[in-house]
Amino acid sequence: MSQKLHDNERIKIESNFLRGKLVEGLNDNTTGSFPTDEVQLVKFHGLYQQDDRDVRAERKKQKLEPLYSFLLRARLPGGVLTAPQWLEIDRVASELTDAGSIRITTRQTFQYHGIFKRNLKSVFQELKFKANIDAIFTAGDVNRNTICTSNPEQSILHTEIYNLSKAISEHFLPKSNAYAEIWLDGKKVLDTEEDEPIYKNIFLPRKFKIAVALPPYNDVDIHANDLNFIAIIDGEGDAAKITGYNVVVGAGLGMTHGDKTTFPRLGDDFGFIPVDKVMEIAEAVVTTQRDLGGRVSRSHARTKYTLETHGIETFKKEVEKRSGVTFAAPGEYEFTERGDRIGWVKGIDNKWHLTVFIENGRILDFDGKPLKSGLNKIAQVHTGTFRMTANQNLVIAEVDEVQKDNIEKMARECGLIDDGTSDQRKYSMACVALPTCPLAMAEAERYLPGLTDDVEGLLAKHSIAKDKIILRITGCPNGCGRSMLAEIGLIGKAPGRYNLYLGGNTNGTRIPKMYQENIDEATIVATLDELIGRWALERNTDECFGDFVIRAGVVAEVIIAAKDFHD
Amino acid sequence: MALNSLSALTSPLSELQLSQLQQATAGLDPVQTAWVSGYLAGVSQGPVTAQPVASSGQSLTILFGTQTGNAKGVAEQLGAAADAKGIAYRVVSMADYKVKSIKDESHLIIVASTNGEGEAPDDAIDLHEFLATKKAPKLDSLKFAVLGLGDSSYEFFCQTGKDFEQRIGKLGAEIIVDRLDADVDYEEVATAWIENALLEVEKTLEKGGVASAPVASATSAVSANKFDKQNPFSASLLVSQKITGDRSAKNVRHIEIDLEGSELTYTAGDALGVWFENDETLVAQIITKLGLDASAEVSVADKTVSLQAALIASFELTGTHPAFVEGYATLTNNATLLKLATDKNALRDFANNNQIVDVITETGNEAVTAENFLALLRRISPRLYSIASSQTEVEEEVHLTIGSVLFENEAGEQRSGGASGFLNHRLTEGGEVKVFIEDNHNFRLPANPETPIIMVGPGTGIAPFRSFMQEREATDATGKNWLLFGDQTFNEDFLYQVEWQTHLKSGLLTKLDLAFSRDQAQKIYVQDRLKENAEDVYQWLQDGAHFYVCGDANRMAKDVHTALIEIISEQGNKSLDDAEQELNELRKAKRYQRDVY
Repeated sequence: MSQKLHDNERIKIESNFLRGKLVEGLNDNTTGSFPTDEVQLVKFHGLYQQDDRDVRAERKKQKLEPLYSFLLRARLPGGVLTAPQWLEIDRVASELTDAGSIRITTRQTFQYHGIFKRNLKSVFQELKFKANIDAIFTAGDVNRNTICTSNPEQSILHTEIYNLSKAISEHFLPKSNAYAEIWLDGKKVLDTEEDEPIYKNIFLPRKFKIAVALPPYNDVDIHANDLNFIAIIDGEGDAAKITGYNVVVGAGLGMTHGDKTTFPRLGDDFGFIPVDKVMEIAEAVVTTQRDLGGRVSRSHARTKYTLETHGIETFKKEVEKRSGVTFAAPGEYEFTERGDRIGWVKGIDNKWHLTVFIENGRILDFDGKPLKSGLNKIAQVHTGTFRMTANQNLVIAEVDEVQKDNIEKMARECGLIDDGTSDQRKYSMACVALPTCPLAMAEAERYLPGLTDDVEGLLAKHSIAKDKIILRITGCPNGCGRSMLAEIGLIGKAPGRYNLYLGGNTNGTRIPKMYQENIDEATIVATLDELIGRWALERNTDECFGDFVIRAGVVAEVIIAAKDFHD
Repeated sequence: MALNSLSALTSPLSELQLSQLQQATAGLDPVQTAWVSGYLAGVSQGPVTAQPVASSGQSLTILFGTQTGNAKGVAEQLGAAADAKGIAYRVVSMADYKVKSIKDESHLIIVASTNGEGEAPDDAIDLHEFLATKKAPKLDSLKFAVLGLGDSSYEFFCQTGKDFEQRIGKLGAEIIVDRLDADVDYEEVATAWIENALLEVEKTLEKGGVASAPVASATSAVSANKFDKQNPFSASLLVSQKITGDRSAKNVRHIEIDLEGSELTYTAGDALGVWFENDETLVAQIITKLGLDASAEVSVADKTVSLQAALIASFELTGTHPAFVEGYATLTNNATLLKLATDKNALRDFANNNQIVDVITETGNEAVTAENFLALLRRISPRLYSIASSQTEVEEEVHLTIGSVLFENEAGEQRSGGASGFLNHRLTEGGEVKVFIEDNHNFRLPANPETPIIMVGPGTGIAPFRSFMQEREATDATGKNWLLFGDQTFNEDFLYQVEWQTHLKSGLLTKLDLAFSRDQAQKIYVQDRLKENAEDVYQWLQDGAHFYVCGDANRMAKDVHTALIEIISEQGNKSLDDAEQELNELRKAKRYQRDVY
């Protein structure tokens, strides 16, 4: 392998702290796209340049450039929004985006799809000036949106980790004023020498994800994140208190088809730290990754490969050295599940919280399910907050007792509450993929509802209709849909073709293994038919599908992915 | 010596003559060039016919003012007929005519077309205006006649012809034959009128000893094409590709036609004449509505064909003229239509908004026969489309950019334009289409390849500029090129977007300004972009730029014209009148050329 740095490294260094030629690109109205280098740079500002792949070939014939538009991912640490904020993001979605939707993502925030270049500045400005929301560093080689467990009933603890995730997010924001200059018509601060103490002018080798988890819930899927703070809780109920965090480093799900040096990887628990040392540790992990991480191959640049290359102990010692904090023995915790608790729960502060299932996280007015209009109506009367979950669902949080019936009525009217939604559907997830994601090799979001119907049918056929299997589809091996932590994971290979992975578990601590390669949709259903049939008959009490396929020898268990994932 | 290295300083030719020579020889292959050089050598050996007018007698001057080339065609037909009668004559474009020399004429025939709302075509403007000023001379001894060309579906039908007759008559000249106001199917009536008019000319024209040699008008350059309007080439459709996006409100198509075997040549700026056939389904619908027999024999131009065949190939069915509505109303004694016919404006609006099939309100009226129905219709006439390719680039192909005329009638049924429906939708790739080249000498690239140009071509008005850019690229012309394009939306209606991007990248296109009216709350048009760039526009003009406008005549071209006057006034510190005068000078110098419709 050549040791020449990846070209993205040049782009970052030459960008003058992420400015590049973004203003020129923005002002060029002869194209809906940015120049090649700037396509990389816009990511740091929360944008992905995409095009409608459904019409790409047709437009080429039409002598038109691809139908470019942008995905904007908001920075929303912990996923919390007030009702007035909701009304603004709802309006912007309708007025300034082509998709017209609010898409909740696995990063516990929302995305807009289909913003045309000419509308970008308006979207940024509306978000900032009307809703105080930005999109800084929600993509690119930096710390992305910081997520935390959506744990409505333990309100006090949730508030603590939510505040922590916000603090972390802000700690890793850039010092440069580039974002304001470019998108918000902010003035350039000329007389200050710019420096980024955390990122320097090289930023990180690759994306970096931080999560704060509050056991027993692993809704944030810790093993998808570079850095996790797992709350260690002492006491119960009102007396419950976070004493500190276990620090789990180096997880990540992305890989490259056909490249066995890439693999999904579980994180390593470095040990326990007290609550007041989180920021020191976070910064030390980030800067260690900045300095040790690979910058030659982007598919080997995430923290997980740095741990593999340099050794876990080396990395850990470096973190201790940089932070001045020594890891203690890991605290005890247990994850029991990852799903959201759909429906009403009452918090200890006597407020009610309604978690609603949003298929694919897509909030839009569908036929018979006007989710977007319904939520708009709710936001007009709701006095509490909205919380997006890392499972792409939504919590209508902090509802007063007196408002509960009214909110429920509105939620039912627009289909946010649908008693007919099976557990199977609630535990199924997909990334966006086609038609907008440039990386997608196959459908995901558009395939999920139909596949879920099929799986529901199979469960019914084998007389276990009330059971569920964590099912996830992702359109490419990059991993946004977190298929690599599913009981049944599908990763797109080509249109209509997927690799089928089996054997993840319900609490998200085991990576599944490939069972079939490059199979079509009919084969997927036929394969699952057989396996679900066997599971229904042969399973032990409470044995989940992922555990069953391993015990039954359908697939081997992945224990250390770096060694046995590709076997 | 390469033609483009010639200049008026180093040759005995004027700039204009040079430009004509360069235009006439542009795009010739080596064999053609050799032939032309031989031809010129032969001409130079022949008898010198320096003066167009025989000195010993009077001669006839045939002046034409044309937009699409029809008036020029008629003028040339007139010239040929005069030649056959031994009448000394010359055919001159009004654009090249010294207006004051009208006082020296003895016999004059004017052939003039009219633009959409009654204005004179660009090349007739000077004479048209001059004759209405106090400077216009007495014309007591002039004998003249006017043939107006127009479209009766417009309010100011043949207005320019009417103006000429009225203005020249007022100056004391004698009308020798009644003016003809010819509609779009003018051929037959024009031929009859020409015969009659020349008979009248002969009565008073003193014939000289020698009939002067016909002098080609300054604008009629060498045309080697052996196919023409009456004798079109049967070409085949190579490509028909929609070039507006899936969500566009418009259906604009890029058409490529194969000219192989025709030896047809064209120059950037020319138009392609296209004969079309009506939609069979539409014809069947009309015949059924009328209760007639599709196979009934009818006579068209002395040939016997079926009614169905006649309606498909020989008559206009998509453009309705008021006379049809009136005639049909009388024929069928239809009270509603008869009442409508009493209000000229309402009648014209109705005709403009309804196709023949929708005027026929009732089925099976006994008064209607195949013969009397056909007698009400106008003969089909070919449509002219600005050519969107340069032959230097595409060789034996010709490209067009055609917007489909699609609308719903009052009953919500889909109706389509005759020619655009034929070319864009009914003709399949490989299908036959009859075409001819229509020269447009009023829309030409500058002779000097270094001269900058500004092109304003919103919508399908973009077509000739695609041709211009292909030509300038293929000939390595170094002049700066500035395009202003507009349409409804950036995403869906940016015609030939990828090509313009390529031209920008290569540097061929210096500047590209876009106006998409529906991409923001406030509508933005090309004239707004011009005004925003006033300083640059003025500077380019100061630097000798030629300014071209192609597209909609009724709104866009007028708005651009007004914008230009404002820009010249504001940037040049001139009154609006002076600015307008300057723009007129640019037009006369052929630096402001328009191809509008």
